[in-house]
Amino acid sequence: MSLAGKLTRMNLLVTATGLLLACAGFVAYDFVTIRQGLVNNLSIQAQVLGSSSVSAILFNDRASAEHTLAALVAAPNVVSACVYTPDGRPFARYRREKAAGIPDQAHPQPGDVARHWFEHGNVLVLDPIVFQGNPAGFIFIESELNAFWAQIQKYLVISVLVLLGALLVAGLVSASFRGAVLFPIQALAEVAREVSEKRNYSVRAGSDTPAELKVLVEAFNEMLAQIELRDRELREARDELERRVELRTAELAAANKELESFSYSVSHDLRAPLRSIDGFSLAVLQDYGERLDAEARGYFERIRAATRRMGMLIDDMLNLARVARAEMRRERVNLTAMAQAIVADLRKTDGSRKVDCIIEENIVADGDAHLLRVALDNLLGNAWKYTSKHPTARIEFGQAQPNGHRVYFVKDDGAGFDPAYAAKLFGAFQRLHGSSDFPGTGVGLATVQRIVQRHGGRIWAEAAVEKGATFYFTV
Amino acid sequence: MTDQVILLVEDNPDDQALTLRALKKNQIMNQVVVAQDGVEALEYLFCTGPHAGRNPDEMPQVILLDLKLPRVDGFEVLRCIRENARTRFLPVVILTTSNEEQDRVKGYGLGANSYVRKPVEFTEFIQAVKQLGLYWLLLNQNAPISRSA
Repeated sequence: MSLAGKLTRMNLLVTATGLLLACAGFVAYDFVTIRQGLVNNLSIQAQVLGSSSVSAILFNDRASAEHTLAALVAAPNVVSACVYTPDGRPFARYRREKAAGIPDQAHPQPGDVARHWFEHGNVLVLDPIVFQGNPAGFIFIESELNAFWAQIQKYLVISVLVLLGALLVAGLVSASFRGAVLFPIQALAEVAREVSEKRNYSVRAGSDTPAELKVLVEAFNEMLAQIELRDRELREARDELERRVELRTAELAAANKELESFSYSVSHDLRAPLRSIDGFSLAVLQDYGERLDAEARGYFERIRAATRRMGMLIDDMLNLARVARAEMRRERVNLTAMAQAIVADLRKTDGSRKVDCIIEENIVADGDAHLLRVALDNLLGNAWKYTSKHPTARIEFGQAQPNGHRVYFVKDDGAGFDPAYAAKLFGAFQRLHGSSDFPGTGVGLATVQRIVQRHGGRIWAEAAVEKGATFYFTV
Repeated sequence: MTDQVILLVEDNPDDQALTLRALKKNQIMNQVVVAQDGVEALEYLFCTGPHAGRNPDEMPQVILLDLKLPRVDGFEVLRCIRENARTRFLPVVILTTSNEEQDRVKGYGLGANSYVRKPVEFTEFIQAVKQLGLYWLLLNQNAPISRSA
């Protein structure tokens, strides 16, 4: 039910209740007073008639008494009347047509006083007649209550009419007041709707309202003001963030571009002199080798070895840089097949080695196939390399789920390393073994770590000297 | 086949010398025309400038093209070769130091026939030149030179 309907119903209910109570009170009061008045009138009539009949009783003039009673014709309510002798015998009677109920005998009682009672819907009065202080007889009058009931009926009708009229007026008045109360609420609701629909926090509810609503409207407006302020602050903060992100992105793009051109020139320009050094060293050895002694030829070989090493370093560095900025495309990658292919390649490099390779079946990962291949190449290649000094070796690739997170591992039983230096393991150009023991540039694990990090994963290692190493990683 | 010309487009004198040496080591006796940069390469191919008197019907059997060149770079040379009806079928082997993916993509995109990275180690380079010579000078059959243009 709408607020307006509720207000109207409430108004009418209050009005009707008040009026009903008032009317009921008036009608009840009238009922009592009118009836009392009726009885009094009848008593006075009885007294008058009694007084007029005294001489008739004394002189036993029945005709005179009846003549006196006959005057009651003028009172249409009176049904019957009777005058009794002092000992209670009927003396004279008056009777309107069809009237009944005249008591055959008055029942005088000592010290009898006027009394009245109601019977068959009529009021009956029996009064003693007193003449010079002595009882001279009794007078009885029976009167209908028609007039009384008519009166009461009239009052009821008037009450109902007043009630209806009052309700109508109350309804009209309440309708006019309803507008005054409801309009500000409706205006408020309208503003709230606009705020919620259009996200327009700059509108405000009107302040021309009653006191109680004014508090609500002010609170509402205050709330809107705060929302608007916060909205603006958020927007400003967002704009500021966007500006900063744009700036950083531009800086990053510039840095990336710089890095790209740097790697490009490294790739191109740094390798060219190496080719010359190696090429002409070899030319000297080939064309003038017989004129050189063994020591000089050895030096040239060292130059060539260093050149090769420099070339490898440059290639590894470029790979690391490439891995760091390569575009990632995540997909489901079968690591088991990948590891098997890598191990097959490794076996081709040295078929004489006795290496037991255990690769768990059905290992899959969500990641970039190319990058994961580079990572596994490095990890399995390391395992292959660092077990090379042992007559037999065992290399394992598997997965585990120690605490709900899948962890992949590459395990070998090779040279291992001192765990005290584990922190240095993943730094670029950091090596825990001399190049004379195990060749390498120290970029491989840095590359693997970069790949794992780009997948949002983690890499760590457990090892002991000559007891092998295990590399764990997540993606 | 020794009358077939090899066009070597290479600005680095060391690389020129090493490439010539590698060819010699592989007994490839073909005449090698060396262009120091892209401009010289285009002048030779289109018989302009110092090569104005050259017989335009004689085209090199294979072009060994470096990418990083002064004035006009290798990509530009390749583009001109492929845009010209007389030269568009000439075999072009990109012979460069870079193995950047973008360079390979761009090279093949412009119609290179092959892309070979010069290894640092000279023995490997000699091997590579040997393979190139075998393939492009002996095995491969070139398209006839168009005379219409």
